Parts: sequence; structure tokens; C-alpha cells
Amino acid sequence: MAVSRPDQRARQRRVAVRGTTTDATPRPAPAAPAGPAVIEFRGVSKRYGGGDVALDQMTFSIVRGDFVFLVGPTGSGKSTVMRLLIKELEASEGTIRVAGHDLANIPPKRVPFYRRNVGVVFQDFKLLPNRTVHDNVAYALQVTGGSRREIRDKVPDILRLTGLSLKLHNYPDQLSGGEQQRVSIARAFVNHPPLLLADEPTGNLDPEMSIDIMRLLYRINRTGTTVLVATHDQAMVDKMRRRVLELSRGRIVRDDATGLYTRDESTREFAQRLRAPAERPPGVL
Amino acid sequence: MRLGFFLREALRAMRRNAAPSFAALATVLVTMLVVGVFIPAVEVTNAAANNVRGRLIVDVYMKTSSTKTDDARVGREIKALAHVKSVQFVSKGRAYQQQKAQNPAAYALLGYNPLPDTFHVTPDNPSNVLALHTELTGGSGGGPFDSAVATVSNKKAYTKRALELTSAVQWGGIAFAALLTIASILLIANTIRLSLFARRREVEVMRLVGATNWFIRWPFVIEGVLVGAVGAVLAIVVLAIVKIALLDPLFSGWALVGGIRTIAFPALLAILMGAGVAVSAIGSGVSLRRFLRI
Repeated sequence: MAVSRPDQRARQRRVAVRGTTTDATPRPAPAAPAGPAVIEFRGVSKRYGGGDVALDQMTFSIVRGDFVFLVGPTGSGKSTVMRLLIKELEASEGTIRVAGHDLANIPPKRVPFYRRNVGVVFQDFKLLPNRTVHDNVAYALQVTGGSRREIRDKVPDILRLTGLSLKLHNYPDQLSGGEQQRVSIARAFVNHPPLLLADEPTGNLDPEMSIDIMRLLYRINRTGTTVLVATHDQAMVDKMRRRVLELSRGRIVRDDATGLYTRDESTREFAQRLRAPAERPPGVL
Repeated sequence: MRLGFFLREALRAMRRNAAPSFAALATVLVTMLVVGVFIPAVEVTNAAANNVRGRLIVDVYMKTSSTKTDDARVGREIKALAHVKSVQFVSKGRAYQQQKAQNPAAYALLGYNPLPDTFHVTPDNPSNVLALHTELTGGSGGGPFDSAVATVSNKKAYTKRALELTSAVQWGGIAFAALLTIASILLIANTIRLSLFARRREVEVMRLVGATNWFIRWPFVIEGVLVGAVGAVLAIVVLAIVKIALLDPLFSGWALVGGIRTIAFPALLAILMGAGVAVSAIGSGVSLRRFLRI
């Protein structure tokens, strides 16, 4: 209880701050974060077999509809956070709640069903090499028992959103890195999960493609999906002006939720801002 | 709908992983060929061994002075013993006729009938022939069990050797069959494991998008069934060609081996088919388990 109280207070403060932002903006943003935490870490530690401490008493929470960056050098625990969130790993200590559910209480048999509510994007795309773009995305629906009709309705939609309509019948090895990443985002989002995790989504891509991917993630975020992006692309993070959680040696050393938040912004404005040189003073659009 | 989906998935996987699928198929084919040749071979050996064992009987010779009452009494007494399956009585007259027909000159020279009344006693089980012999000779090596009996045939040494040899052949066959079966299962399972190992990344991705274990497993099991079925069918085709083109003419033209009866061909085919399918399906299902741990 003693641990949870400051955390709750912090969350209330954040919500309050956001409340004022919404009041100040004439048009209420459709993706305005509100309500309970989607992700909640409470005193979470993770130690690997060799005694390495990957996470050390980590506490933070992310509210619904938020767009949050997880930054830090290699080995700071970013990937561990991601892998804990898809229950590929178990926390050694502390509780992790996603949409109110304690992950420790999900029995192994229910893990696949839990994962259907979490879209995941990886640096190495993790596409199925033997399937076309269309079939890769459709697989995420087939897994949930989606009917043919559902697949016929949803897959072309999501491929249009991700700009892959012309690559429908290509295999992953026939696509560029940026296109492959867009396929993996399409697959992660086709079920419209409330939470999307991206682990170094732009790690293998050049800057222009990275902007494309970020723009796509932002667009997804604007539909109300909570997005958590782990990255070490500091320039990108600075330009995005979203909440930033900085990790170092398994601890949060910075939680930068303040200022610079431009809530309601079209994806076009967003992309323009990302392409702008970094020296440009923030706030000037 | 579901089955159709899994079937399509299995076919797609086989098409896109042609080399490993072919390797698995070839393994099943070769293994099934070996098994298909081996089963009849073991059967022939066993039949030969059983043939030898079936001939192990004990003869009881009556005294030449024995009367018909003696014969009837001894016949009853033999039948009352343990381990007796059947008793065949051959009277001295009939024995004489039989021998005379075989060797008329010698018996004409002899001029009288030297042959005694005889009982051929067949044991209920060839392995019990020695026990039966002991009973007939009056237990602990004493004289014959009835005063009207002259001798009990003494082929103890021969019988013992025949029993040992045939049981060695049979046990050898069983051991060899067990070894071959284990080797086949391991070979097929290992080939499947290799092809699965190449696709473990695929399985990992399927798990990440929330596929349940059985959803991932079914296409692999169906693939195993298909590979096993096709491999077994090919093996059966080869065996059938060999049987029809080679063995059948050989057996029909060669009276000596014509008498040997082996397992019916359809039964052999059913065994091969079932074994091929079951081993590869279970093999792929089980091999997948280590990649499915959460």
C-alpha cells in the first residue's frame, strides 16, 4: 500500500493535467487519454537465471489512449518490459496489470487469448515467410477463429490503412524493410487490440521510413489504441513530444510526461513536424 | 471449415518446405519397405521353427505280447496324463502294412511281423514334450508306467536341441523386430524434428499473435499424417510390384517353398499404412511440444 500510494497520486496528477489540456483545447481530441490505466507496473523486478537484474523495482502506469516512448541504452530493460507485457516472461517480483488483469493470474492456457488483445511489433518484423502479405495479416484473424467473411472485410481495410494494397500477394522477402514493418503493424492492429507494443520498430529502417512507421503508429494511436514504443532513436523521440519513460539499468530515471504535448494533431502535421530539423524550437509548427 | 483450414495449412507447409517434407517422406518410405520385407521374413522363419516343433512327439511301444485290452487300458491311461493333446494308435498290423508298402523286399525276406502296437502321443505344447516324456517313462527314471508297455521312445537329446534351436530363432526374431521398430520410430521422429526445427521461428510468430497450441499443432499433425500416408503408399506399391513380379511366379513354380504360408498381403498393407501414419503424426505432434512451451 505504501508503494502504491505515490504511484496513484502521480496518476491522478497526470489525469488532472490532461484534463486541463483538454479544457484548453477547443475541439476535444478523439484520442484524448482518460480513464483507468491500461498498463500498470508496481514494484516489478525481473532477474534472469545468471543473477542479472533486468528490471529493478519498476513502477509506472500508462493510461488508455496514451502514446508512450520507452527509451534507454541497450540492456536497460526495454525489451524485458515488452516481453513481460506479452507474458513471454514472468516477473520475479511485483505485479503487472494490463487493463486491470494481473498477468500473474493468467494461466498458461489462457495466454494465447490474452495475446490477442495486445498487438506486438518487433524490430525484425517476425513475419511468416511462407505466407503472402495478405495471408500474414489474415493469420491473426484466423487464429481467433475469424470467418472468411471477416477476413475479406478486415484485411483489405487494414492493408489500405498501412498503404500495402498493391503488395497484397507479395511474400515478405519481396518487400523492403519499411514495407515489412508495415505488414507487421497491419497484423498487430487487424484485431483492433486496445494495446499496441512496438519493440524498436524503426531499428532496422532508414530515417524516412522510420517517420512513415511512426506516423502509422500515431494514426493507430488516434483511433484510441494505447501505444508503447521502445526505441533508442533519441532524435525521433525528441521530435514526437510524447510521454517518455527513460530506463537505465532496469530503473526509470526520467518520466517526462509534461509540456510539449500537442494533443490534437493530424497525421500530416505530425509527419511534417517529424521531418523538420531538430533545432527548430518546439511549439512552433 | 476448421478441418479445411488446417488441411490447407498443412498442404501449404508441405509445398513451401518441399525439401524437408521429401526427406521425411523418403524416410517413411524406406522404413516401411524394410518393415514390409521383414514381417514376412520373420513369419517364414517362425513357421519353419514351429514346423520343427510340431513334429516333436513321443512314441510309446507296447510289448509284442500285449492284448487288445492292454492297448485300450494304456490308451486311456495316456489320455489321462497332463500335457497330452492327442493320441494316435497304430496297431501292429497297420504298421506292418505301412512298412511293407515302403520296403516290400525287406519285409518279404523277414517273413513275420516284428512291429509292436504303437501310440504316437502329441503334447499340448511342443515345449512340454520333455515333461510328457518323463511322465510316460514313469516319473523319476523308473520303468514304463504300465507293465504292458515295452519302451518309450528316447529322443531326448534330439528333442532338447530342436527346442533350444527353434526358441532361439523365435526370440531372435522378436528381438530383431523390436529393434527395427524402435529404430524406425526414432528415425521418422528425428526427421520430423529436423524439419520442425527449421520452422521454429514460424511457430514462435504464431504464438505471438495469439494462436493456441492446438491451433498451431493441428496442421503439423495433419502434415505428418499426409507424409506418413504417402510414404506408406509408395512403400506398398514397391512391395506389391516385387510380390507380383518376382515372388508369386517363383513360389508357384517351385513346389518346395510353395507350402510356406505368410501373413496375408492385405493385412501387411494395413499394418504398414497404420504404422506409417501413426508414427509420423504422433512424431510431429510430440516433437512440436518443445517449441510450444510458453
